[in-house]
Amino acid sequence: MGEIVLSEVKKSFGGVSIIQGIDLTIDDGEFAVFVGPSGCGKSTLLRLIAGLEDTSSGTISIDGHDATHLPPARRGLAMVFQSYALYPHMSVRKNIAFPLRMAGVPKDEQERKVEAAAKVLNLTPYLDRRPGQLSGGQRQRVAIGRAIVREPSAFLFDEPLSNLDAALRVSMRQEISELHRSLKTTMIYVTHDQVEAMTMANKIVVLNAGRIEQVGSPLELYKSPANLFVAGFIGSPKMNFIAGAEAAKHGVHTIGVRPEHIAIAADGPWKGVVGLAEHLGSDTFLKVQVDGIGPLTVRAGGEVGLNYGDTVGLAPQAGKLHRFDEGGRAVAG
Amino acid sequence: MATQASQTASRLMLSPAVLLLFLWMIVPLGMTIYFSFLRFNLLMPGTEAFTGFENYVYFFTDPAFWPALANTLTLVLGVLVITVIGGVALAVLLDQPMWGQGIVRVLVIAPFFVMPSVSALVWKNMLMNPVNGLFAAFARGLGLEPFDFFADAPLASIIVIVAWQWLPFATLILLTAMQSLDREQMEAAEMDGAGPFWRFLHLTVPHLTRATTVVVLIQTIFLLSVFAEILVTTNGGPGTASTTLTFLVYMQSMLQFDVGLGSAGGIVAVILANIVAIFLMRMIGRNLEA
Ligand SMILES: Nc1ncnc2c1ncn2[C@@H]1O[C@H](COP(=O)(O)OP(=O)(O)O)[C@@H](O)[C@H]1O
Ligand SMILES: [Mg+2]
Repeated sequence: MGEIVLSEVKKSFGGVSIIQGIDLTIDDGEFAVFVGPSGCGKSTLLRLIAGLEDTSSGTISIDGHDATHLPPARRGLAMVFQSYALYPHMSVRKNIAFPLRMAGVPKDEQERKVEAAAKVLNLTPYLDRRPGQLSGGQRQRVAIGRAIVREPSAFLFDEPLSNLDAALRVSMRQEISELHRSLKTTMIYVTHDQVEAMTMANKIVVLNAGRIEQVGSPLELYKSPANLFVAGFIGSPKMNFIAGAEAAKHGVHTIGVRPEHIAIAADGPWKGVVGLAEHLGSDTFLKVQVDGIGPLTVRAGGEVGLNYGDTVGLAPQAGKLHRFDEGGRAVAG
Repeated sequence: MATQASQTASRLMLSPAVLLLFLWMIVPLGMTIYFSFLRFNLLMPGTEAFTGFENYVYFFTDPAFWPALANTLTLVLGVLVITVIGGVALAVLLDQPMWGQGIVRVLVIAPFFVMPSVSALVWKNMLMNPVNGLFAAFARGLGLEPFDFFADAPLASIIVIVAWQWLPFATLILLTAMQSLDREQMEAAEMDGAGPFWRFLHLTVPHLTRATTVVVLIQTIFLLSVFAEILVTTNGGPGTASTTLTFLVYMQSMLQFDVGLGSAGGIVAVILANIVAIFLMRMIGRNLEA
């Protein structure tokens, strides 16, 4: 069990409103990702759920019970912090066993659960070391192990991978996804990295300035972003936005087209000059200065023989245009 | 500082300062050692002569020597215990977010800026005085007999005064250490179900060991040479009840004008300080290693 329901949750620090009214339901067993730019209030929202901060107003319920005023230890949630927050004076074994010890679990059962968690996380050889003697990835595993042994109703992760190098980040990402698949426990994961959000989530919650911009599955957000913010935030490289006369042709204020939805075609309606070409082998990213429209990013599959100064014709794929009104909201059709 | 040339240059640049520091130490030390082997009394000029270890024998057999040694160690230990425990308690309190934090912190640090002789005088005449003191007034207010601190508990009174002076130092060092304690660690423990007392004992206290080591080492150096507080309050008495080694050296060299005996006492004090230092480094020095 691990259904978490937020209703009308608000939080302000000393008069500054940081979380401005959040209504959100996270179903049991879901992998929910809070994503948004730095400083938008993701960590604060997670800490409200954890009980490390008091809400200014609104209610939080966990498993159908009102948890708004419960202390953190009684919410049945486990959190993995960005800084790992391991206890430096204890061995890995004691770190992982710690929540069990606090809960008064018998010694031999503690030992069994620690061994089991260590096995899952490949930590068995390191059980008697101190956290200071481990690498970043191993420390993160210990923090996850400490969360697992509690058998919480939900896991909370606050940017757990941001202190790791790129390669380790990818493999830890997969490990956490696998963990979710085998435990089937609710997980809430905070990140500013939309790639992490897209690859891990069942449900993405896009936050901006303390508000929810959109909630949906990764592909829903990719295919039909509700507004300019989500359209620009989800997807890499960023969606191209075109305003002015070209948008007016489609009867709206702004149109958006993703770099991967623009084809290179000599007879395309847009003509431009290549300003920058990034050849990655698998893809080629082009920055094209189009007459009357401005710079567009184009993603061409594989290797294309285009370089700085070349003239190209571009054709947006039919049906892949996103249309937005003056307020930035998506217009259907 | 990687190449041979830059290393040589840095040694060359440092050497005048190092040399000056070395002379600063070795000249007084050498002269004290030299005097300690002389019969050298200022009241009998011209009678200086080499006497071997006679001064040391006199110093060790002085009836005040053993009490002074015990008093010195009691003073150091007593002040350390009070300042470390009190410092941790104050640091925990001052680390809490509260109204007027800045002012409270300045107030806590204030005693450190009062000169030792001045603070001793204030304690002696305004607080602990059995007739005019504030404590005596309190006692009378409660219908009790005023306590004559310096007559009945001279060493304890001096320990209190010195501890009052050093408490700010300990608090300040421990407070900075406290502020570097990872907040997420505390929150993780809170989520794991650890109560405040447990968190203090198992997270805060281990985190503070290094800072506590610094406090103990630095304070010990200064506490071994406490002098003004004793001179101003009890003058080492009654009897030898509050005489420390430093004060004994002062009495013998200054009051009896015996430079030789005083120097021998000084050397004994230096040796004692070194024994204490070695002892401390053995015991807690490894806390300082990263
Ligand atoms: N304890 C606090 N006191 C005051 N302001 C805070 C506090 N915690 C967070 N904030 C503010 O709330 C905003 C959101 O912070 P945070 O939730 O950490 O953002 P994110 O995790 O999305 O980067 C920031 O502007 C931050 O300065
Ligand atoms: Mg954050």
